[in-house]
Amino acid sequence: MMNNAFSRPANAIHYELLHQTPLGPQHVSSSGTATFLIEEKLERQSQLAIKVGDEVQTGQKIAPFADRPAYFVSSVTGTVAAVHPQTGDFGKQYTAIEVTLSETEELAEGPETLEPTLTCLNEWLAGTPGKPPLHLFEAVDHGIHTLVVAGVDADLLVATNQYIIKSEMHAINRGIDVLKEATGVGSVAIAVPRDLVQGFGHTSADTLKAVAPEYPAAQPRLIVYEAFGQEIPAEKSCEEMGYAFFSAEAVASIGKAFDSGRLPYEKTLTLVDKNGRKNIISARIGTPIADVLAAHRIETGHKDRLILGGPMTGFAIYDEQAPIEADTDAILVQDAADVSLVSDYPCVNCGECVRVCPTRVPVNMLVRFLEAGQYEDGAELYDLYSCVDCGLCSFVCIARIPIFQYIRLAKYELSRLTEAEASDAQ
Amino acid sequence: MRSEKMFIVSHAPFWHNGSNVADRHYGMLMAAMPAVALGIVHYGMSAVAVVALAVSTAIFWEWLMCRISKRPVTVADGNAALLGLLFAMLIPATTPWWVVMVGTLLTVVIGLHIFGGIGSNPFHPVAVAMMMLMVSWAEFLDFNAALVHYNFTFNAVFPLSLSKNFGSAAVADFSSLNLLLGRQVGGIGSTFGLGLIGGGLYLMAKRYIRWEICLSFLASIFVTALAFHLAAPDQYAGPMFHLLTGYTLIGAFFLLPESASSPVNPIPMLIYGAGAGIMTMLIRNIGNYYDGVLLAVLLMNLVNPLLDKIRPKALGKVA
Repeated sequence: MMNNAFSRPANAIHYELLHQTPLGPQHVSSSGTATFLIEEKLERQSQLAIKVGDEVQTGQKIAPFADRPAYFVSSVTGTVAAVHPQTGDFGKQYTAIEVTLSETEELAEGPETLEPTLTCLNEWLAGTPGKPPLHLFEAVDHGIHTLVVAGVDADLLVATNQYIIKSEMHAINRGIDVLKEATGVGSVAIAVPRDLVQGFGHTSADTLKAVAPEYPAAQPRLIVYEAFGQEIPAEKSCEEMGYAFFSAEAVASIGKAFDSGRLPYEKTLTLVDKNGRKNIISARIGTPIADVLAAHRIETGHKDRLILGGPMTGFAIYDEQAPIEADTDAILVQDAADVSLVSDYPCVNCGECVRVCPTRVPVNMLVRFLEAGQYEDGAELYDLYSCVDCGLCSFVCIARIPIFQYIRLAKYELSRLTEAEASDAQ
Repeated sequence: MRSEKMFIVSHAPFWHNGSNVADRHYGMLMAAMPAVALGIVHYGMSAVAVVALAVSTAIFWEWLMCRISKRPVTVADGNAALLGLLFAMLIPATTPWWVVMVGTLLTVVIGLHIFGGIGSNPFHPVAVAMMMLMVSWAEFLDFNAALVHYNFTFNAVFPLSLSKNFGSAAVADFSSLNLLLGRQVGGIGSTFGLGLIGGGLYLMAKRYIRWEICLSFLASIFVTALAFHLAAPDQYAGPMFHLLTGYTLIGAFFLLPESASSPVNPIPMLIYGAGAGIMTMLIRNIGNYYDGVLLAVLLMNLVNPLLDKIRPKALGKVA
């Protein structure tokens, strides 16, 4: 039932390297529509500054709300066909803007001037391919001292940022210069797979950090631990400890924008077909995934699984028409025969999860609390917050308990609780 | 949504290493086969009858408990069959049918299901059942009495009773080789040293059981027995004798490492195994019973949750 790629032993999972720079990304075009998602809740149509039938141009910045600064950069020329609310994972609220493409493409004027300031970056490039987390620098007392450009992808099979770091170093250097000036950050480091450190050319970064090939070493908390030698306290995030992670693609997009004066909208991503074959492709943000699959002749069938992101931490989606977003680094298609299912079998305490856990969380005990909904006890007694969300515990669980899902759910519920308490206190 | 085909939407990870609980149980059943086979060679059809009855009734009790407690019937995972087989391996081939049935009932119902089924048993279910039988009907489990009508080519006295009653000289003619080859009386599947060791190695290689537990137990038996032997060579038999007689080997590879009732962290596993070895030897040499493995298993099962609190500090945990 499972082919070899799906049954590798837990202690031997390695990130794959792109050994030579692959041929330039194969471009995929949209067949007729593009959808843009904005992380804002649409309550009433009257909030909108745009309406169905409005013309949009390629590269045009559009702020769809009259009362909010949120915006997107249209990657196509066409007319707005629909604007509707959409709900994502964990109840996240989006507003979706659907655009029907017109026959001819018209390029919008770029921003008049792009200045290396945080305000300017936020105004034009917050949704650029790679989705730079500029908000990390917005808080007055952010305390960010190191900007880490991740030339590694945290999940398996995904090779997007590894590809960018090999092929777009020029743009990355430019992006680093811009970010240094805009944020005043003290130090910039590039994280690359250990095997690529040798022969790495000159960069604008201050240091180069090697990332071990064993999954999940490319996960930000583990990069800080292994490469910077600092153990991030379980309750703190990387940014709270002064490390801001930007994907290589985000930095390259910023660099390209400053080089060309136009807003980038071409997303690079890894497409993995049902046989595990990898392709680096590029497509405009907003392109329906169905178009990408069609262009690569990947047929999907009933009970297949369509995953955004990698096999360990990605999210399965139900709709082929879902668009490529600024942070969609991979599309993974899994055949119905390879879909591994979870079970409601109880934990038999075999200890595989404890042995595989990269952060030494007592998963066997934790999952007993999480199954019972005792999230706070799980966090206090059994190190819930030491978890770095790698999913290995679920991968090796012989009872096939959805451990990782319990952990994500627990963190989400606890964050809601904290938010509710914070708002009560006010 | 927009088409008839529907995708499976589930949560990460989307890969699994392919392991499952049933494989583990069937692997353990296979690993036990050589030892059972020699038991059948020694004891003939009565051993076949006991094994068949134990396995089938254990499965039946499991099925019944699943039905009564309105839970999905989990007979197919092989757990009940494994428990039935392990129970049969510990008892004499002449055990009456009703003792076998009561034994598997105690194993599956009292040992396992009243605690909540697989994964929730604080003790090894078979050890629980065996101790209850030993308290209630010791005469059926006395190997010397039970196997008196068999004619063997080897000394047909239970070795541990000889050493306990008559000192180490009485067991001088049990060579390690003979013990390894199963030339001793005992439970149906607990006397064939080589078979049990082979099964144990297979299970450790497949990572179905943890070497930390097995090896620390055997090492601790060896060291403790050696200490007794050196202190009073006439009274206490040597370490090899204790390693290869009674339930030592079946305990090391099939009873102690049972996952729900044993620790998962490295240091607790070592303490767990070593503690069971010391307790076994104390009971054998000083206590009342001939063999102490089952009691040692139960005792260490009892302290397992405490032991497992010794664990490495998680990443980012403030001390």
